[in-house]
This record gives sequence, structure tokens and C-alpha cells, in this order.
Amino acid sequence: MSENKEITIMQSVYAKNDEVAAQINKELTTKNIFAINVMGAPGAGKTTSLIQIIKRLGEVTPYVIEGDIEADFDTKTLQGLGVKAIQINTGGACHLDSPLIGNAVEELKLSDGVLFIENIGNLVCPAEFMIGEHAKMLISTVTEGSDKPYKYPLAFEKADIILLNKCDLLPYIEFDEEFFMKGVRALNKTAPVIKVSGKTEEGFDEVITWIKGKIN
Amino acid sequence: MHEYPITRRIIEIAQEFAIKNEADKVKVINLVVGDYSGYVASSIELYFDIIAEGSRCEHARLNIERVKPLLKCSLCEEYFERKPYSFSCPSCTGEGRPTEIGQEFYIRSIEV
Ligand SMILES: Nc1nc2c(ncn2[C@@H]2O[C@H](COP(=O)(O)OP(=O)(O)OP(=O)(O)O)[C@@H](O)[C@H]2O)c(=O)[nH]1
Ligand SMILES: [Mg+2]
Ligand SMILES: [Zn+2]
Repeated sequence: MSENKEITIMQSVYAKNDEVAAQINKELTTKNIFAINVMGAPGAGKTTSLIQIIKRLGEVTPYVIEGDIEADFDTKTLQGLGVKAIQINTGGACHLDSPLIGNAVEELKLSDGVLFIENIGNLVCPAEFMIGEHAKMLISTVTEGSDKPYKYPLAFEKADIILLNKCDLLPYIEFDEEFFMKGVRALNKTAPVIKVSGKTEEGFDEVITWIKGKIN
Repeated sequence: MHEYPITRRIIEIAQEFAIKNEADKVKVINLVVGDYSGYVASSIELYFDIIAEGSRCEHARLNIERVKPLLKCSLCEEYFERKPYSFSCPSCTGEGRPTEIGQEFYIRSIEV
């Protein structure tokens, strides 16, 4: 139709989310909080890894925001360990976004420490939404298979640190580590890839070294 | 799943620009969506009619331009589409690096 008038917009649909994320990030930085967005498929071992990490943090204060679709088992587990943790119930959403985090940050009354935000178990959308974090931690597992970087490239591209969890199970499954690493490195040249196991607890000291390197 | 809030954002932005330009009716929304953005065009369309009801975007046509992700070869600098399970360059022995192409998700324009 010739009488249509075109109005140029060129505005990202994420713009508002990213704006709020930038605000949260600034606020957290002011409070001397280093925030880590923890991403991974359902059951990859996000909560298990957080527990292993928190146990080793020493004098660094941990805070946790749990984004779970429904239950609050994970939050209860963490609170049982004396960690300041709160649950966000997203009621079916597939990722956390910044307004949700903004409210939780208010409620937690944070200062000086590390804030872990356990994102919803999903390898697709959490990688697209900034939520005010300083770093993204991706938890992949040997049981998911070595093709994951090829199928979910964005998550691997955006990660600042990658944990390869459930390494205790390597003797029982086929996992082509070379193929996995080739995919990871094609997408991401810098993120350390650390082999860990929530069961044998191997590898977590190295994760702590990385975290402490970031907050000092 | 997350197409619902995102569709609402799209309508909010279009509405805001329509008001600013004193247009009562948005006829077309031109949206650019990269394939890596993980959005399902048909779900956006599905929610669109429901959410747009009563707004200036009611009955608007959503024109979605999809963008295929391209990698850039680190040796010969050619842009290419990747094959499944590979990041290798089709023209040389190099390996492709991710680019912004295919990650976009923005409203290009509205027609009123
Ligand atoms: N063998 C083995 N099991 C593990 C390891 N890490 C986690 N698990 C098990 O995997 C299951 C899921 O672990 P969680 O830590 O709850 O995983 P999650 O990613 O937090 O799961 P959601 O929050 O539901 O997405 C539990 O049964 C854990 O005991 C590991 O390194 N080795
Ligand atoms: Mg969990
Ligand atoms: Zn090449």
C-alpha cells in the first residue's frame, strides 16, 4: 500500500532488559559483589557445583539467587548450609530476566562477596538475557554428550568459565573430549574449561582459584 | 515459552513509536530475527494477535526477516554458514569464529 508511512525504529527487543541489567550490574559493583550467572541444562549439576564451590570459598561471603521453575528444594538445601539464598519462582518461564533479579537483589541485602545466580535449566535462552552478572559460568556434563557446543553454540560462546561436570562417570560412557574441546575452542578462545565432579569433588579448587582471581 | 513477554515488548515498542508519530494504526511491524536468537516466529505470531488486541497494533501484520548465522574464517576472513558438527571454513583449512550475524533481534521499522 503506497500510503503506508515507514517509521524507522532499529531498536533491540532486548534493549529494556539490557538497560536494567546494566543498572543492576552497577549497583552490585558498588556493593562490592561479583555476580556469576550459572547456566546449564536441567540436572547438569548447577546446585551441586554451587555447594562444592561455596564450601571452599573460605572468608568470601556467598549469596545465592535460585531461579527454579517451581520447587524450592535447591534453596532449602543451600539455606540448610547457612547460605543466604532466595528463590525466585518464575512460574514456567524458561530464563531469568533482569527485572526479576532486580527485586531479588533488593531483598537479599548484599555486600562484599560473590552472588551466584542459578539460572533455569535450559541451554538456549539464558545465554541471551543479561541479568546484571559480571561473568557467566556454564555447566556442561559428560553425560550430555560431546556434541553440545555444536548444538548450543551461543551458551558456549558467551561463557566466561566452563565446568565439565560428572567426570566421575567418564569410565562408563562415550565422551569424545577432543571433539568437545574443538567445538568449545571454535566458539570461545578464552574461557577456562575445568573438569569437575560433584561426586568425587575433583576440580573445584581450580574453580575457586578462578573466582578469587576475579574478585581480587 | 518466552515468546510471550518478548511479543509484549515488541508491541510496546511499536506502540510507543506510533504514539510519538501520531499514528493511530500500525499496519506492519518489520522485525529482524537471527536464527541463534532462539525465537520461534510462529509462536510470536500466535501471541501477537492476543496481546495486540485493543492497541494501535491490532490487526498489524508481522513481517519477520530471518537471518542465518554466519561464521567468519580466522584465516581467509570469508563469511560462511556452518555445516552440522563443524566450524570449518569451506574455502580453506581455517576455522570459523562466531559473529554477531544471526544473533540479532530488533524492530527495524513500523509502517503506519
Ligand atoms: N555422578 C554424578 N552425579 C552428579 C554430579 N553432579 C551432580 N550429580 C547428580 O545430578 C543430579 C542433578 O544435580 P543438581 O545439582 O540438582 O543439578 P541442577 O543443574 O541444579 O538441576 P536443576 O536445578 O533441576 O536444573 C543429582 O542427582 C546430583 O546428585 C557428578 O559430578 N557426578
Ligand atoms: Mg538446581
Ligand atoms: Zn577460510
